[in-house]
Order: sequence, then structure tokens, then C-alpha cells
Amino acid sequence: MIKTQNVTFSYSATQKFHFPDIDCANGQTLLITGNSGTGKTTLLHLLGGLLQPESGEILINNQNIQALSTSKQDAFRGQSVGMILQKSFFIEPLSVLDNVVLASWIAKKSKVQEKALNILDNLGLKDHVHKLPSQLSIGQQQRVNIARALINNPSVILADEPTSSLDDENALIVARLLSDLAKEYQSSLIIVTHDQRLKTLFNHQITLV
Amino acid sequence: MIGKIAWKNTWFKPLNTLLSIILLTASVSIISVLILLQKQFEEKFSSSMDNIDLVLGAKGSPLQLILSSVYQIDAPPGNIPYPQAETWMQNPMVESAVPLAYGDNYMGYKIVGTNDNYLKHFNLHLAEGIPFSKDFEVVVGAGIAKNIGLKIGDTFFGTHGDAEEGEVHDHHAYKVVGILEPSGKVADQLILSNISSVWNMHDHEHEDHSEEAHDHSDHQHAEGEEHHHEEINPHEGKEITAVLLKLRNNMAKMTWPRIIPQNTEMQAASPALEVNRLFAMFGVGISALTYLAYGIMFISGISIFVALYNTLKERKYEFALLRITGATKLQLLWLVLLESIFLCTIGFILGIVFGRVGLHFLSVSSQEEFKMAFNPFEFLWKEEGMLFAATLTVGILAAIIPAIKAYSLNISKTLANA
Repeated sequence: MIKTQNVTFSYSATQKFHFPDIDCANGQTLLITGNSGTGKTTLLHLLGGLLQPESGEILINNQNIQALSTSKQDAFRGQSVGMILQKSFFIEPLSVLDNVVLASWIAKKSKVQEKALNILDNLGLKDHVHKLPSQLSIGQQQRVNIARALINNPSVILADEPTSSLDDENALIVARLLSDLAKEYQSSLIIVTHDQRLKTLFNHQITLV
Repeated sequence: MIGKIAWKNTWFKPLNTLLSIILLTASVSIISVLILLQKQFEEKFSSSMDNIDLVLGAKGSPLQLILSSVYQIDAPPGNIPYPQAETWMQNPMVESAVPLAYGDNYMGYKIVGTNDNYLKHFNLHLAEGIPFSKDFEVVVGAGIAKNIGLKIGDTFFGTHGDAEEGEVHDHHAYKVVGILEPSGKVADQLILSNISSVWNMHDHEHEDHSEEAHDHSDHQHAEGEEHHHEEINPHEGKEITAVLLKLRNNMAKMTWPRIIPQNTEMQAASPALEVNRLFAMFGVGISALTYLAYGIMFISGISIFVALYNTLKERKYEFALLRITGATKLQLLWLVLLESIFLCTIGFILGIVFGRVGLHFLSVSSQEEFKMAFNPFEFLWKEEGMLFAATLTVGILAAIIPAIKAYSLNISKTLANA
């Protein structure tokens, strides 16, 4: 569950963002749309604790994340927030499986090999777990990202343009997959996108201006 | 896990890694060989010098006298008349005296005529057999017994002089009666007999020597008296090469090197003094090589720095990714440092191994040429520990700037500009 109240942020005196309040319950999907420069990515980074808001509150599972120190925020992010980024990033020398397991190790100090294999299997990557990420197609890489975001059963999944690099068919598949997984894992899913194709899929939407 | 990432990263760019490791290996192996060589060299020189205050021998280069008599490396400067040496050996200020007479060698190993004092003086013990007592009985050093496989009861013929190829004395055979325990001293590489073996082996030469000895000896005997004298001193006319002296009196240690050459045809040289001179000469070369090796290590540090710094740009997304999955800034710092530490540790281990292999070959050739062996399996925990610390310091210094860059990475900006 994630909630915000009166969050503002500014990069400079002339560029000030005032974001609408967000309320996304467990298992729910919220679509945040808006044109370039309206602060979509900024909002996502604020929600993930990568940026600090100028004012306002961000509550994840009733925990005010600004109240935490930097290293506590790192730990909290690892345990409660799963992020899916626009581009796929990996620890290049590690296998697909290790990349997923790594996320659980960093957050919880435990290696969950079995669980990682399960998730990757569910996402149709069973045959690719021992490959290097660079050997996968872009669609497959995006699914590895999803697996990595889910490995710690996060309360919140933040997805930044998860479908923009995919074709129509795959975009819809990935979007549905994400929302289904959010329901299954009882996570709040927030998708930030300018991808018009997704607007028809989700009712719960906020548009940034 | 951070270790695993660091390890995998190290090998993900094998060429960069290899370059750094080769440079590190080269510098570490050179330094470790130098450390070992210097230590073992000084140890060998100092341990053989134990208990020897002065060496009495023919006039000439004092260093040559020391090298030939104490270390068996160089040729001796000449011979001295035994009766004359004896007067000094029996001086009350002498605590113990070991005469040395060189003549022959066997397969390049010197056969040294001496007395039982030699074993006592150097605290040598027999591994098997008995000490030499009769003529042509010999006790061989542990190194020789091992290298050429001499056993108790074996006999062999000596070769004249100190070269392996030479006139073979085939009228008398030496017989092995004892084998020494390994001592790490020059005795490991010596064949010891009594002095008269050496004299008797060369008896035919000595017939004309006795005349000669009289010419330059300070015994001013009339012809008539001479016969009488020889009955008292059966060693009249005999020569030896040198005498190792241990003195009771510090004053004598200071004054004899001056008094003896003034009054006799001999000189007395101090091993400590001469060896210090020798080390000082070596020292320049060893320092030059050490500086060179540290220079190579410095270059390898730069190579690590460049490799890490260059990959920072591509790896900043990797760092951002680690941060969004919950890694702390410190873990990133540690990751970069660890990669450098891995490189340095590998370089160090390889350097130590290659250094030892190098020293082994060096030892084989110095064994052949100087009868001086080095032990490649000795570990000098202090010196080599310091070397490891130096290597790690280079690695950490090389990685500190890239590590701080990773530490202070702005993840939001990095991801937004991706």
C-alpha cells in the first residue's frame, strides 16, 4: 500500500513540481500518465526514495519513508519496493538467475534460489536462467527485470515505462502480466508511462500536467 | 555476494585484468626473489662467519682470503708455511684455531684438509659414520652426499686444484667414513679430511718445496740445525692455506690485523669487516633492482586505476541497479575496492610463486657455479607480509577514486538520463 500527501519537488527555483496525491491499495494498479517534462520519472524516484521531496509525505505500508536515514531507506527500498526500469540493467557478468537472486541477497541477506527459479519459470524464462542477460532478447530482459522486482514480495512495484520499448502485442502482455502479478503478490503496482496503449487497460489513472 | 560480483567483474574484462596481474606478478616476483636472496645470502655469509674473528693467510686481497677460506668461493691468495702459522695458533690469546689446507677437489667440491677443531668450531654433527682420523679418510657435507650420492665406505680419487677437470691423483683414493648433518653452512658443500692427507697426496711435489719454504721463512736456521729442528717439528716445510682463528681477547682482534703483516709474510683479515664491504657493494645493485620492481608495481597501480576508471561510465547503471535493489553506498565502495584487492591478491600470489620458481633456477645455477644453494621454499613472513601490505596499498590507492565515484553516484540522475 502506498499513499502520498502534498508532495512537492523542485530541481531549481523555476521548475517546481506539485504532485497530485496518490493512494494505491494492495493488489491494485495505478497508471500515471503525462507528457514528457511533467515529472513522471521524478515522481517515481520520489516514491522509490531515490529523491527526497521538498515537502509532503510518502507512506509505504504506513511508514513515512523520508523519516528514515539514507542507509535505512536503502534497506527499506530493497525489502518493500520493486522497481522495473525503462531500460534493462543487469550485473553483466552474472547469469540471469544470479541477477534475480542477488536482489534477494542484498535486501534480505538470504539467497532464494528456488523462488527465483519459480518466478523465472512463471515468466517463461526457464530455459534462459543460466545465460548471461546480454544473450536475451529485449522482451525477455524486461521479464527478468520483472522477476527481479518481484523476488522480495514487495509491497509496492514501481514501473517506469515498462512497455515503451515493446511492440503492441508484447506491451499488452507485459502490462497484463504486471497487473496480474500485483494481484497475486498483493502489491500496489504503479506504472508511469506515456504509452497510450495502456490507457484502455486500467481504470485507476492519474494524469500529470 | 558482493565478493562474487567483484570476482565475476574481475574476469569479465579479461584483458584489462591480465595486464594488471602481469605487471603485479612481475614486480612482486622480482621483489620477493631479492628479499629471499638478500636474506639467505646474508644468512649464509653470517652463519659461516660465526666464531671466526680473524683469518690468517697469505698476503694479498683480504676479501679474497675471506671468500676462499670462510666461504670456499674464490681461489685462495696463496699458501703459508705451517710452522709459522702454528706459532700464532698456539698463542695464548687464541681460543681456537682451525687450519685449512686446500689441494684437491672431487667433482668440483673442495677437499679441505683440517683437524677435528673444524667440526667443533662450526658445531657440526655427523649424521652417520665417524670423524676422519687416518690419512685419506674423509667426512662429506650433507649437500654433496645428496647431490652426488656418496655413501659411507665409498672411495674416490681427487682431482688436483679447484677445477673439476684436472690431473687426477690416482695413487691414493679417499674413503668416506662420515656424512655430516645438513647445517646450512658451507660445510654442506665440503669434503673434509685431515691435513696430512692433503700433504701426502702432494708429497712428490713437496720434496722441492722444503727448500723453497726456507728461503722466505723467518726461521733463520743454519743448515746443521735444520735436521734437528725437523725432528721436533715434523711439519717443517709443510704449507697450509689459511687458519680460522677465534680469539679470547678483543685487543688482539684489533691489533693482529696490523701486527701480523708487519712481522710476517702473512696477513690477518677480519671476516666481519670484509663481508660488510661485500654487502655494501651488493647493496647498490639490490637497491637498484628493488626500486625498479617498485616502479613496476606503481605502473600496475596506474593500470588498475585506468581499468577501473574507464569502466565506471558503463558500470554506473550497474551501480544504480544495485542501489535500487537495496544496496548501500558503502557496499558499492566495497565492491570497487574488492575488485582491486582481488587483482592485487592474485598478482601477489602469482608473484610469490613465480619468484620461487625463478629462485629455484637461480639456485641450480649458483649451485653449479659457486656451490651455493638457495632455498626457494623459505617464507619470510615479515618481509613478504610487508610486500603483501604494499601490494594491497597500491591496489587500494588505485581503486579509491573510482570507489568514491561509485559511492557518491546520484542514482536518480543516472537513471533519468539512461
